Amino acid sequence: MTAVYEPSYEPWNETRGAEIIAEHAKQEGATLVILHALQEAFGYVPEAAIPMVAQALNLSRAEVHGVFTFYHDFRHKPAGRHVLKLCRAEACQAAGGDALAARAEAKLGVLLGNTTADDRVTLEPIYCLGLCATAPSAMLDGRLVGRLDEKRIDALVAEAQR
Amino acid sequence: MNMRIFIPRDAAAVAVGADEIATAFEQVATKRGLPVEIIRTGSRGLCWLEPMVEVATPKGRVAYGPVSAEDVASVFGSMTSNGPHPLQLGVADEIPWLKRQTRLTFARCGVIDPRSHGDYRAHGGYKGLERALWLGSDAILTEVTASGLRGRGGAGFPTGIKWKTVAQAKADRKFIVCNADEGDSGTFADRMIMEGDPFLVIEGMTIAGITVGATKGYIYIRSEYPHAVEAMNAAIVAARRGGYLGDKIVGSTYSFDLEVRVGAGAYVCGEETSLLESLEGRRGLVRAKPPLPAHHGLFGKPTVINNVLSFAAIPFILAEGAKAYADFGMGRSRGTMPIQLAGNIRQGGLFETAFGVTLGELVDDIGGGTFTGRPVRAVQVGGPLGAYFPRALFDTPFDYEAFAAREGLIGHGGIVVFDDSVDMRRQARFAMEFCTIESCGKCTPCRIGSTRGVETIEKIINGERVSENLALVEDLCNTMKFGSLCALGGFTPYPVLSALKHFREDFVPAPTKLQAAE
Repeated sequence: MTAVYEPSYEPWNETRGAEIIAEHAKQEGATLVILHALQEAFGYVPEAAIPMVAQALNLSRAEVHGVFTFYHDFRHKPAGRHVLKLCRAEACQAAGGDALAARAEAKLGVLLGNTTADDRVTLEPIYCLGLCATAPSAMLDGRLVGRLDEKRIDALVAEAQR
Repeated sequence: MNMRIFIPRDAAAVAVGADEIATAFEQVATKRGLPVEIIRTGSRGLCWLEPMVEVATPKGRVAYGPVSAEDVASVFGSMTSNGPHPLQLGVADEIPWLKRQTRLTFARCGVIDPRSHGDYRAHGGYKGLERALWLGSDAILTEVTASGLRGRGGAGFPTGIKWKTVAQAKADRKFIVCNADEGDSGTFADRMIMEGDPFLVIEGMTIAGITVGATKGYIYIRSEYPHAVEAMNAAIVAARRGGYLGDKIVGSTYSFDLEVRVGAGAYVCGEETSLLESLEGRRGLVRAKPPLPAHHGLFGKPTVINNVLSFAAIPFILAEGAKAYADFGMGRSRGTMPIQLAGNIRQGGLFETAFGVTLGELVDDIGGGTFTGRPVRAVQVGGPLGAYFPRALFDTPFDYEAFAAREGLIGHGGIVVFDDSVDMRRQARFAMEFCTIESCGKCTPCRIGSTRGVETIEKIINGERVSENLALVEDLCNTMKFGSLCALGGFTPYPVLSALKHFREDFVPAPTKLQAAE
């Protein structure tokens, strides 16, 4: 079996944030590149980084805030220790994905889009992992799982809860 | 000589255990003291047989699948002894599902090592680019136009005309942009080709650069495809090292370089102008057209923006000539289309074939019907914005115009199969809901129309003034279709109206049946 991938993030630190921003600021149209890099380092995009990005790119804070909130990927606060994403698009629906999503919600006691009270698992919908011929599919902390059935979704949920 | 075993690294194969299988093969080989070389390839696209493992033999590569971890020891035994095995599929190239295809774009996918520049060249890669360098801009444009290639991303616009417009534009800088934001459910061809044959995309984009006079290209890949991002980045580094990207490519006077940019989970960024906004670092708001990206594209400069599959079709056209490509297909749909069979289907995967095959052949014959074994009821073609087709329309040939004539679209070539347990009211509601989640918000018909659409369909589901609300949905769909700025709002009516038209019985409960049940 593949080792459980445990994402590890640094706590927010202004100096480190400034370094990351400076590293990418020279690229043309760098806003998304920087937001991705910040999230990769800290696990989310800290509010304090927004004015720093704005200054580095000579944009208004509102513009950067607008970009940050437009895209589904960027987090406003850290996710749970594990992130379980379930594909909710048509191909996975056709293959029985609705029932499996409901099962995961029931097991974890949260609805899609939320984090469990113990901060262990964030359960999220995703619209298409491109695994439509081996549907239904999911992604646990970057690891892909296809041909989900009740047994496999239970195993994934259990793994995420560890 | 080492025994050579081929195991896909394709995300779909990995999702069903290919990485674990690869490790298991290594362990078995070590334990038995046999030297084995494991080559991680892309996928041949027979997804129901993944993980599909192949071994090189004198008669060709023999395939086994689907292989699970428990099968590895016995499969390895069969490979070494050349003995029979229940999972053995014979010589891969001879598998009927593969043999029936016309693989022009996907010829190398699943065959070569996508990380090896040398392997790509050994399998005919860069022939198109070499000829393009010798031909020059005008002659390339003639070839691309004569091939009849239309954008494979969905809109079907002639590629030659688009390129010519950019070639003729005067500007200090021009760009090539590859739209790899394949967000349609049921489609995975872009992902497969980027993971399985990334140099092909690089070659196609480089040819575009030479043709129009652009020296910089961007590949905008959706963040949901981390494996594709990794594969493209690795290939770009290898191509640069091999002299096929960068200054003076292969000693010519042309320079061209590429950069991968990652999206951030916004479906609307698959729309070309929205994608350009996103690449520029802004919210993915759709731009009103004109001006066209060909005149005023990325950073305000003339830009060729094409889908992955469009660029991937180019090397064959240049290498083998326009006629070799145009000889396939029907009507104004020339060449081949990589069709993706997905959802509730027995034999799902990637099937590349000339235009003209019927929908019924694809679903029943090639796809083998549903994996639940229940009857096929509805088939959505062309992603979340594509129409739902009933069995009655299964004679529709796969052709842009034939689908349009039946109020459908081919889009990116994705086919999602549903069995008879599907509730078409819920599918219609989902189409509207998806539009509310993904709308960029710039135009009212899309932003507000979809919200009202969800509410109205919910009323229908709850049995409130059904016929009145059905009329309202139809009216709303017309407003969205003709009033939206881009395809997101403009095409959401396709799944909704097709569900209403072809599956009316789901929306209007038959009163006689209800009475009989009581």
